[in-house]
Amino acid sequence: MSDAAEYSPLKVWSGRIILGILILGLWEICSGRVFNEFWISKPSLILERVAEMTAKGTLWFHVSVTLQEAIFGLIIGMVAGTLLGIVLAYSGIFERWVYPYIMALYSLPRVSLAPLFIVWFGIGMSSKILMVVAMVIFVAFYNAYEGIRNIDRDLLDMMKTYKAGRLQKLKWVILPSITVWILTSLRLNIGMALIGSVIAELVGASRGLGYYITYSSGMLDTTGIFTGLFLIMMIAVILEQFVVQLERRLLKYR
Amino acid sequence: MNQDKWKLQVQDLTVRYTAKGKSTTALEHVNMAVKDGEFVSVVGPSGCGKSTLLKVASGLLKPAGGQALLDGKPIEGVTGEVGMVFQNDALLPWKTVYDNVRLPLEIKGLSKSDQAAEVRRLLKMVGLHEFEHFYPKQLSGGMKKRVALARTFAYDPGLYLMDEPFGPLDAQTRVKIGEEFLKIWEQVGKSVLFITHDIEEAISLSDRVIVMTNRPGKIKAEFDVTLERPRPFYDIRFDSRFKQLQREIWHCMSDEDREGNEQ
Repeated sequence: MSDAAEYSPLKVWSGRIILGILILGLWEICSGRVFNEFWISKPSLILERVAEMTAKGTLWFHVSVTLQEAIFGLIIGMVAGTLLGIVLAYSGIFERWVYPYIMALYSLPRVSLAPLFIVWFGIGMSSKILMVVAMVIFVAFYNAYEGIRNIDRDLLDMMKTYKAGRLQKLKWVILPSITVWILTSLRLNIGMALIGSVIAELVGASRGLGYYITYSSGMLDTTGIFTGLFLIMMIAVILEQFVVQLERRLLKYR
Repeated sequence: MNQDKWKLQVQDLTVRYTAKGKSTTALEHVNMAVKDGEFVSVVGPSGCGKSTLLKVASGLLKPAGGQALLDGKPIEGVTGEVGMVFQNDALLPWKTVYDNVRLPLEIKGLSKSDQAAEVRRLLKMVGLHEFEHFYPKQLSGGMKKRVALARTFAYDPGLYLMDEPFGPLDAQTRVKIGEEFLKIWEQVGKSVLFITHDIEEAISLSDRVIVMTNRPGKIKAEFDVTLERPRPFYDIRFDSRFKQLQREIWHCMSDEDREGNEQ
């Protein structure tokens, strides 16, 4: 395998941009010539729609809701799942009792819980946030739990021989050890959070990008559907960049 | 000898491990001791339970039989009076050299300014004062070892427990670090229990060398090293008394090997 550092950023970025232009260009050219524009829309139409929605204020109207749902759910799910993982990893026999049930819940197709949450909490924001939490919490739990179990034993022995207290162990060894794992789960969970919020919106909502996609599909408006998908993708890319920056800061020792 | 002068005593120690339902005896009826200020090495084939002995002495492991005493008091749990030096250094990768050495001082509750002064003094002593902002990953094996040693010196325990600390280093670095460590130790003068499989290293450093047998680990023989101190860590190897001792210990260990193979 080649080392990532071998390539200059200029080479990497110019390649990326050219590839993007190629794909979008191909789409733009094929649309209306090889395929019917009605089915596959085209990039220029999508951009036009984005501009139009921005001008009308509907873009922020939908994006803000989906973003809030995803971010609140992500925060609640990450915190709850990570704490659960840490507590359970140190709970002795209790962990053995609970673990199979957690894995059983994890194997549920959580997408199918969306209708249940809507019955319970209505079509407002809380049912969406709950859905996001349900999507996010397991990955957070599992990563924190595995992170704790993978802490270098010598480091803990070392802290023990120095008679370090519980808080000192947490601050110097445990939390820094699992930081890598928490960042990984945060990264995976950005996608999960958006899936959760959009799916819950597809099932029942009056705002949000999921709602906009179902609404557009009802109107047979493929450009609307693609615009919704494009916006979801943009949110994911931007959130991902936040995590990349966070990683750079927290893992600079590597 | 008066009992008060023993730093560490190990009496009739037996340790068993249970893994996957199978019980193995790591140590059996081990008796040994380290005097105050004495440097004792334990040599033996790998897997003979040398490291287990250290774990008991540090209080990290409870024996199945017998006991270990520190300053005449039975060791029950971690005492906080021993410092371990691990084979793999056990440095915190997310902390700088400075913070790694500072760790035991922080745990002891020293004031920030006292911590800073002590860390700087120790880093100077091991020759790493220009590297305090480096992370362990940026250091060579020998430098990491120096940080680990500085950290243990910072803790300043009454008994140093060292588990093949120079094992992973290349031959040249190994001699260099050993030499530096010997010089510093000769000034500090604390008791050391040193585990190694390198006979030369054991003789050059120690006042006494203990040979252990293969599983279950027992003490086979003890050799007093009467070479005067301070010693030249490397050149002492060419001394005839060193050679003689080396031969005796080697034969003692290889006897053991043969017996082990015949079984």
